[in-house]
Amino acid sequence: MKETQTINNNSKSTETTERISGSEAVIKCLLAEGVSTLYGYPGGAIMPVYDELYKYQDKIHHVLTRHEQGAAHAAQGYARISGKVGVAMATSGPGATNLITGIADAQIDSTPLVCITGQVGSHLLGSDAFQETDIVGISTPVTKWNCQITEASQIPGAIAKAFYIARSGRPGPVLIDITKNAQFEEFDFKYEKCKGVRSYKPVPKTDETALKAAAELINSAKKPLIVWGQGVILGKAEEEFKAVIEKTGIPSAWTILGASAIPTSHPLNVGMVGMHGNYAPNILTNQCDVLIAIGMRFDDRVTGNLETYAKQAKIIHFEIDPAEIDKNVKTHIAVLGDSKDSLKKLLPLLKSNSHADWHQKFKDLYQIEYNKVIKNDLHPTKDGLTMGEVLKEINIQTEGKAAIVSDVGQHQMIACRYAEFNISKSNITSGGLGTMGFALPAAIGAKMAAPDREVIMIAGDGGYQMNIQELATIFQQKVPVKIVVLNNEFLGMVRQWQQLFFDKRYASTEMVNPDFVTIAKGYHIDAKKVSNRQNLKVAIKEMIECEGPYFLEVRVEKEDNVFPMIPTGASVSDIRLE
Amino acid sequence: MSTENKQFTVSVYTENNIGLLNRISAIFQRRHINIESLNTSPSEIESVSRFTIVVNITESQMKKIIGQIEKQVEVIKAFYHTEDEIIYQESCLFKIKSELLFDERQIQNIIKDSNARIVTVNKQFFVLEKSGRKEEIDLLYRELNVFGIMQFTRSGRVAVTKDEMKISTLLKAFQE
Repeated sequence: MKETQTINNNSKSTETTERISGSEAVIKCLLAEGVSTLYGYPGGAIMPVYDELYKYQDKIHHVLTRHEQGAAHAAQGYARISGKVGVAMATSGPGATNLITGIADAQIDSTPLVCITGQVGSHLLGSDAFQETDIVGISTPVTKWNCQITEASQIPGAIAKAFYIARSGRPGPVLIDITKNAQFEEFDFKYEKCKGVRSYKPVPKTDETALKAAAELINSAKKPLIVWGQGVILGKAEEEFKAVIEKTGIPSAWTILGASAIPTSHPLNVGMVGMHGNYAPNILTNQCDVLIAIGMRFDDRVTGNLETYAKQAKIIHFEIDPAEIDKNVKTHIAVLGDSKDSLKKLLPLLKSNSHADWHQKFKDLYQIEYNKVIKNDLHPTKDGLTMGEVLKEINIQTEGKAAIVSDVGQHQMIACRYAEFNISKSNITSGGLGTMGFALPAAIGAKMAAPDREVIMIAGDGGYQMNIQELATIFQQKVPVKIVVLNNEFLGMVRQWQQLFFDKRYASTEMVNPDFVTIAKGYHIDAKKVSNRQNLKVAIKEMIECEGPYFLEVRVEKEDNVFPMIPTGASVSDIRLE
Repeated sequence: MSTENKQFTVSVYTENNIGLLNRISAIFQRRHINIESLNTSPSEIESVSRFTIVVNITESQMKKIIGQIEKQVEVIKAFYHTEDEIIYQESCLFKIKSELLFDERQIQNIIKDSNARIVTVNKQFFVLEKSGRKEEIDLLYRELNVFGIMQFTRSGRVAVTKDEMKISTLLKAFQE
């Protein structure tokens, strides 16, 4: 490494630069951004960067996943549990396209991600060269920002901008595509963190008048309902949020990605909204007089039919992204801004209240849901195991301190409904995109970012097999994640829909599965299968007590359904209990 | 808000970066909306580009799309306008056989009446340029088509607004 000095004539200060290659610059930029772990897979067009990773392996830990999709999801898991930016790396062509599902998932779930892909040499661009693909074109609709770099000197600026954009405002994934010649080329390196981008305002200004109007409306409400989303977690506004609800006594419900912002057992937490959410908050969405949405985006899985969604209510929307205002639901008062800041300013404007009578309605409806659904899920009297009782046992044995990384399908809904959360950022799941195969790699990233926390992955037998190759990553990296597969030998959620809406025509949903225990053991992971109730408690205990990774297969009832349920196109208040 | 489709002209002020056209057109494509015309050019501010896009959609769709466009990192500001809020022009070129200029005396009158301009003439063909509103160009096309047109092309719409657009102020505010 050769050091040169350039003298800045204007300020008469000296700045140190070093002459290094583009690929070494990539590593130095990552280090400057505080990256200690990244996930990826090498290949031709990214080899110069991997060569530098080899030299810097004492400073930066590269985790070799077994598929680039695994790398993207692992980086997501890392970001979701820590609030830091996740980093994934891949080569050009198939390496880059394999990242796309993870990038799309991060885009719709607002997860900060920086993806770095290698690209063929710039003289080959557009020539259909070996492993050339237009990844900037392909990733454009699913990234917050992306760019292609063809000269080494552009690397520091682009990476600084990438991290700034990924983590600021409403977070999201960015992609930087670096041609091979730019990786080899030498230049005078100097790194400056990005402090702003001229055309980009990450956090809109909060309008004080709107804030006051919102407070007045909240204060005058007789039957207010709060629905909060991931915006509370991403804005690190958990304490401010709790203060607001505790002062006002407003019943508060969560979207899937909002889960764990306040403890599940908090007396003002009235459960989950949406398709498989709780009975009370869904029914009462159509009875409340003021609906206060905080950091959520009125997804169709939350609202059901928009024509009949909270039409009687005045709607207040606290939101960082102006494009979300009036996108799905017309709001009466929009309060733009960062959730932490807005809620902090809102608190002194609010009057204390308890809304006791209104709360009673939630309690009454909860009792109905308990008798019809929850009791049978958590305390079944039939022979077959339910997914719910597995979650209940995990809650008990982890004292509600585990981070639950779920996949997509029935088990995900059950996990979100029944997992007890006491720590924020504990519900890591693919919400918006519904990506099967998310959980196993995401759990790897989550456990590596939070090694002191118990990280339990819960997947179905379908999604588990979509990225099952990541067992090798767990083995190689010795990541002590706990893997729970709730096996019903079906693609359960699709089967449930086939039963309810397609006259039980089970088209391609029945699964003939391999011996999962043998497979886990093949990767030297301790493994067990449990099929009956009396062994469940001991099996979960053994899993929790195991110091290394552990695989537990639970054979659950084949044709159980998840209820409550709002059928597609129905109103939230038409939620079915059976 | 009207649920009927209307013609809107969209002005987007952006950084001048590779790939931004793709990012903006993808917003329309994803929502299955056809772009009637699109023009990009430098704007009144150095290093800032301006897109002018014409679409036929409902006003509620239009508002949501403006939100999605403005959300893009390299977009400074996006506006939408109705027809009465802008002054706009389109430009077109006709390539026509030169002999018609002499054989068909009426063509000379058409050119004169339409305020079209002859860009070049040679033995084989002449090129006619016309700027104006869409209907004026449509009319000229219909009139000339009777005699035969060798080639015709029309530009995207360019438009300025009657009201002020405070982009420089915005850019300053962004940096605060």
